[in-house]
Amino acid sequence: MKQFLQFVKKEFIHILRDPRTLIILVGMPMVQILIFGFALTNEVKNARFVYVDHSGDPMSHRLIQRLEASRYFESAGAVTGPEGIDRAFRRGVCRIALVVPADFEAATRRPDGATVQLIADASDPNTANTLVNYAEAVVADFSRELAGPAQPPFSIRSETRMRYNPQLKGAYNFVPGVMAMVLLLVCTMMTALTVVREKEMGTMEVMLVSPMRPLRIILAKAVPYLLVSFFNITTILLLSVFVLDVPIRGHVGLLFAESALFTGVALSLGLLISTATASQQTAMFISLIGMFLPTIMLSGFMFPIENMPLPLRVLSNVVPARWFFVIVRSVMIKGTGIAAVWKETLVLAGMFVFFTTLAVRKFKLRLE
Amino acid sequence: MTEDVIQAEGLTRRFGDFTAVDAISLSVARGEIFGFLGANGAGKTTAMRMFCGLLKPSAGKARVAGYDVWTETEAIKRSIGYMSQRFSLYDDLSVVENIRFYAGIYGLGRAEVRERGDRMLEELGLTAERKALVRSLPPGWKQRLAFSVAILHEPGIVFLDEPTGGVDPITRREFWKMIYRAADRGITVFVTTHYMDEAEYCDRVSIMVDGRIEALDTPAGLKREHDTDSINEVFLRLARQARRTE
Amino acid sequence: MDAITIRDVSKAYAAGKARTEALRGVSLDVADGELFGLIGPDGAGKTSLFRILTTLLLPDAGHASVNGLDVVKDYRRLRTQLGYMPGRFSLYTDLTVEENLAFFASIFDTDMRENLHLVQDIYTQIEPFRRFRAGNLSGGMKQKLALCCALIHRPRTLFLDEPTTGVDAVSRKEFWEMLKRLKAQGLTIVVSTPYMDEASLCDRVALIQQGRILRVDTPEGVRRGYGRRVMAVKGPGMLRTLERLEGVDGVVDAYPFGERVHAVVAVDPDRIVWPEELEAVEVTPDIEDCFISLMKESHD
Repeated sequence: MKQFLQFVKKEFIHILRDPRTLIILVGMPMVQILIFGFALTNEVKNARFVYVDHSGDPMSHRLIQRLEASRYFESAGAVTGPEGIDRAFRRGVCRIALVVPADFEAATRRPDGATVQLIADASDPNTANTLVNYAEAVVADFSRELAGPAQPPFSIRSETRMRYNPQLKGAYNFVPGVMAMVLLLVCTMMTALTVVREKEMGTMEVMLVSPMRPLRIILAKAVPYLLVSFFNITTILLLSVFVLDVPIRGHVGLLFAESALFTGVALSLGLLISTATASQQTAMFISLIGMFLPTIMLSGFMFPIENMPLPLRVLSNVVPARWFFVIVRSVMIKGTGIAAVWKETLVLAGMFVFFTTLAVRKFKLRLE
Repeated sequence: MTEDVIQAEGLTRRFGDFTAVDAISLSVARGEIFGFLGANGAGKTTAMRMFCGLLKPSAGKARVAGYDVWTETEAIKRSIGYMSQRFSLYDDLSVVENIRFYAGIYGLGRAEVRERGDRMLEELGLTAERKALVRSLPPGWKQRLAFSVAILHEPGIVFLDEPTGGVDPITRREFWKMIYRAADRGITVFVTTHYMDEAEYCDRVSIMVDGRIEALDTPAGLKREHDTDSINEVFLRLARQARRTE
Repeated sequence: MDAITIRDVSKAYAAGKARTEALRGVSLDVADGELFGLIGPDGAGKTSLFRILTTLLLPDAGHASVNGLDVVKDYRRLRTQLGYMPGRFSLYTDLTVEENLAFFASIFDTDMRENLHLVQDIYTQIEPFRRFRAGNLSGGMKQKLALCCALIHRPRTLFLDEPTTGVDAVSRKEFWEMLKRLKAQGLTIVVSTPYMDEASLCDRVALIQQGRILRVDTPEGVRRGYGRRVMAVKGPGMLRTLERLEGVDGVVDAYPFGERVHAVVAVDPDRIVWPEELEAVEVTPDIEDCFISLMKESHD
């Protein structure tokens, strides 16, 4: 036991004495969550628009004012004709334009109603889509208000509700994603690097010659990173709740337990990488290409899995972060319990057992 | 009179409060083999870097191949060769590729590279291995190749930083024969080594202790002065006075 | 009793298509309490042999035992009895001197404080730096610390793989003095080195080249077994002297040796007609002379 504690102590010294590692381990999660939370959000806030008002009557003014008054949009002024819109798009003044037809007020009173045109700069389709949706919502709102209580008997209205995330806040997606990424970085990459570093320095040789059992070496290497991970999970959750206003609806204990499981998977992957590589460079490269890219691309965090072509959808199943992502979203945002996520949990547990067995098996008693 | 290709006077380099090289003065004549000895941390590497134009001195004067170490470092770099045990050739390039690469750095023309390269390979007996990766050569051959590449552009001076580590006594001697031949052609050889018997192969040696040159003479002269029959003994006596450790 | 027995050990590495034979049927015995030197250049197979003896590599053929324990079957028990210092000083550069010692003591399940007296002699030299990080120590200091770390668990057998490579002459001399004292405590020590002058400091030496042992004997035995006479020749410069010795009847080999040239002669030196300007004096062959001739024979 003393042997083991000494070893863990040594690992902590490695982490604490290297300011760069420390910053990556502890500072990066915070920075990531804040960047994703604030800067990279796809929420619409004060998006600018231009308008072409062919009508110029009080009704069109009201509509434009309405758009401007909403917290999503802000007017960049009137332009004339399609060329004006084009110019505004090209200059980057705005990404959406509203075109009000002539005789707008009169049209609104006709039974078949009036039509306004929304033109969006779709060079960035995601943003364009979001903007159009928001603008449509404002216009629809306005039209309902005009109709007042006297609603036409046969109007069909569709009402969309964004469940769990009524304001369509990006943070709901980013928090679970960042948690998965941070845990992978800390556990997979850092553990892989620390083991490989010992190989490079030649200290692994001495360690192998000692009576220390390989399983103990592996465990001792993993413990510090497990602790750092819990620290990180806590900071991420605290930041989400108090800074990004993302609530934790489910059980915090469950959330931590699931994170621990995922950390275990990440650690075993890191050890597996370290057994297969001889240089820190290779270990880093494999961790980045083999772990991060799939985590970002295939976990459903950036791109919805349902929209992927079949091969990628199949491939996404072996990405541990995919399952963790579902679990965290479910527990944290939907407030579900273990009953709803037992399948995903089982998959992660299976991966953990598989990778750990493989890593311990592959960890060599000797140098070859 | 023989011309001096390295002349240093009061050459000093400080790092903060630490004086790595403390006012050393020496001159090395054309075609001379000069052994630059000192314990680890005595300041050899720092001094050598200044001579090679890689490091600006803090004080003092020095001229290498006729150029000033303060102002003409680029000209110095063009007129010297450098080889060290740690870094010399690219393991994953072939023999010819290494030659072409270094020749390219020194701006040798195509025809020149081919002609000198071929002659060099022939002298080394490596013509058959020209396409072989350097990695696959035995360490002794690698060293001789590295030395030949370092003097391919016919520099006035070649700096050798512990060139013979880890090779057998025969290979080491083969290597020294190459050094003699180069010196015979007029190339000045400035060499550091931990092998004290190699110090005896030099025309003159200096022994650095704590940043200063404590002794500078022919091997025979040093031995006479210290009344002993080995340079090793001279070195131990002087280096033991050292107070600093790296 | 023999502390180490090695029988017909072979080892080859496959790198892609190329196959390197690191050891080709090596047999060797090292007696208990002996200071044994393994002398040979880089790539001769020294490190491979060390790794097999320290249970880090499995031999392809043959077997070896240390303290009566087989290096393959009994590796677990053997690992508690070995002290090993690999070629590069395997220290944690970001740990202090003290922390390194404590760590290496702990992985051998011993306590640093309890065992410090075992290395007291060496430790006192680095004690003033005990709160320094190992990375900031000089080469000689690192070497001493690495030795302390390898000794802290009271090993019966100590393996030192090129402990003096890249270390200056002063530290080398001190290091060999330490080894002498350790030997006096009854430790069996196997040390490898590329420096020929260190050979004469061992009880017995083995010369290894290209995976084969060329000769095992005491340094004195090696010198006595040398069948030729050696002349130290002085002349007008090393190159000219060597050139003039070429083709001289009776001289079988000539090479630089210190400030002179050693000429190996196959006949009575008095019958040799020395070229002009050359001055030849007979000298006792150095151990290096012996090795040079052994190596050349094995090449032929």
